[in-house]
Amino acid sequence: MGRRRRGEALTIGMIGIPGIGPIVMLAVWSLAGSWFWPDLLPGAWSLRAWRYLASPSSGVLEALATSLGIALAVALLALGIGWPAARTIASRGFSARRGVIFLLLLPVLAPPLASTMGMHALFLVYGLADTVSGVMLAHLVPTVPYAILVLAGSFTRLDPDLEAQARSLGANWWQVWCHVTMPAMLPGVAVAGVFAFVISWSQYLSTLIIGGGQVLTLPLELVSFQRAGDESMAAALSLFFLAPPVLLFLLVGRFMISGEWRHTR
Amino acid sequence: MFFRKTRSGLHRSRHNKSLIGLVPAGLVVLGLFAGGVVVAIGQSLGLWSATGGHSGLTLVHYAGLWRDREVWRSAGLTIGIGLMATLSSAAGGAGIALALRRRAARSGWISSLLQAPLAIPHLSMAIVLMNLVAPGGLVARLIFRFGWIGGPEGFPELINDGWGVGIFLAYLLKEVPFVALMLLALLLRVGEGYEEVARTLGAGWWQRLRHVWLPLMAPAGLTSALMVFAFILGAYEVPALLGRQYPAMLSVVVQRRYQDIDLAARPGAIALAVVLSLVTAGLVWLFLRVSRRHGGAERLVLF
Repeated sequence: MGRRRRGEALTIGMIGIPGIGPIVMLAVWSLAGSWFWPDLLPGAWSLRAWRYLASPSSGVLEALATSLGIALAVALLALGIGWPAARTIASRGFSARRGVIFLLLLPVLAPPLASTMGMHALFLVYGLADTVSGVMLAHLVPTVPYAILVLAGSFTRLDPDLEAQARSLGANWWQVWCHVTMPAMLPGVAVAGVFAFVISWSQYLSTLIIGGGQVLTLPLELVSFQRAGDESMAAALSLFFLAPPVLLFLLVGRFMISGEWRHTR
Repeated sequence: MFFRKTRSGLHRSRHNKSLIGLVPAGLVVLGLFAGGVVVAIGQSLGLWSATGGHSGLTLVHYAGLWRDREVWRSAGLTIGIGLMATLSSAAGGAGIALALRRRAARSGWISSLLQAPLAIPHLSMAIVLMNLVAPGGLVARLIFRFGWIGGPEGFPELINDGWGVGIFLAYLLKEVPFVALMLLALLLRVGEGYEEVARTLGAGWWQRLRHVWLPLMAPAGLTSALMVFAFILGAYEVPALLGRQYPAMLSVVVQRRYQDIDLAARPGAIALAVVLSLVTAGLVWLFLRVSRRHGGAERLVLF
């Protein structure tokens, strides 16, 4: 028994490291003023990286605003587009489910390389390349199928007879929506919205290709700081970058069926 | 009779309305995604060109890939890293799920702990790893303290190395918890019934592992592994930061050639991207086949 408990503690420690370790390490790096070999802790602490990030000249605040705007818009669009499609796919009479699921899984699982390059060619023709709206359209490709899959999962658990009963008791569509549909769908909507936001927030390659270097989001800035070799700055920006996903997942974690992680790849 | 007629009429109109619900999503999936792939295939076959002119239908760009030594080396590296990372994640994830299933059944925070690394973007994980195992990084400093190496130059090259060890490590940190979470959810549904029966029948731990747990975990493990492999095949950020320029993973080669100043390199890059997409589509199809055989794709995908 003692041996098993020690084994368990060791395993818990091991799985705790990749989750919590990075955040602690990034915080230390971002506050390091000087950190010479072979010190295990910085020799001097400094707020330089954080001050620079907050200053308008770094362009980080602008990138933050761009990233937030794109990800929020994409999440809302994905929910709006995904909702009616999910309702159809989850309805009993729908027969083409298997084929549709294959179609939906492709953009979620396949690398975005070929489709993004084709879109780029199309967007060049229609004047959407190098624009924020073009980037948002590109981000819809991985997020909409994901939102549909999660919402369809919620719809299959929602009993449509409940809505019919409410209607037969004299509720109008708004009352049915507020008191029957929405309460049952809220967990699914929260999870789908959060994942759509996070997927759009973390997009790198599609933003780089469609945005053509003109649309600068946080991950693009992060890579350029890292390539410039400024470790403190990259660490501080990394914390900025991972904070929304971590906080949002904590928020909706209790709604999450672990299977829903399936689609975040 | 009359009642039934209106009902079916109502039904039909509701069905039509619901099919209209598929239209916006169809525009995204068929218009943007499939449309993008079709245009990409067209470009790779010389039908449209970024430089304006078009050469007419040709396989010259694919033939060019076939003769390209860098492409073959990159393909070998990509498949090698992908297989190693996938197999290690599957084994590690299965081990963690098995070791923690009893505690996870009692307390929910084990799953939360496993979810934490999934919330950290690949890009951040790559940056952490870079600072951790670089020649002057934290790990090298610790080993130096123990006196095992004389200085940063004594530390093995793990970042931007020829074998892609850094890439492999970064994927491990992200994918092991992913597989563990998938399998843990399964093990919690299965419960301890089979284990107890096998124990009562006198099975040792190896027999229980071999004949009870591994067969139980195989389908979900296989689907998770397929997803991990398909993801690694096309993912860009981790190899771009932690890999070498040559040999680079395929996604990095595609991106570099696509954004080359010389636009003549572009169709070849697109052809390579198309090949990668087709391979991944095959894997997704395989994923659905496997998951359908074990309880239906809808069940596995829609929950």
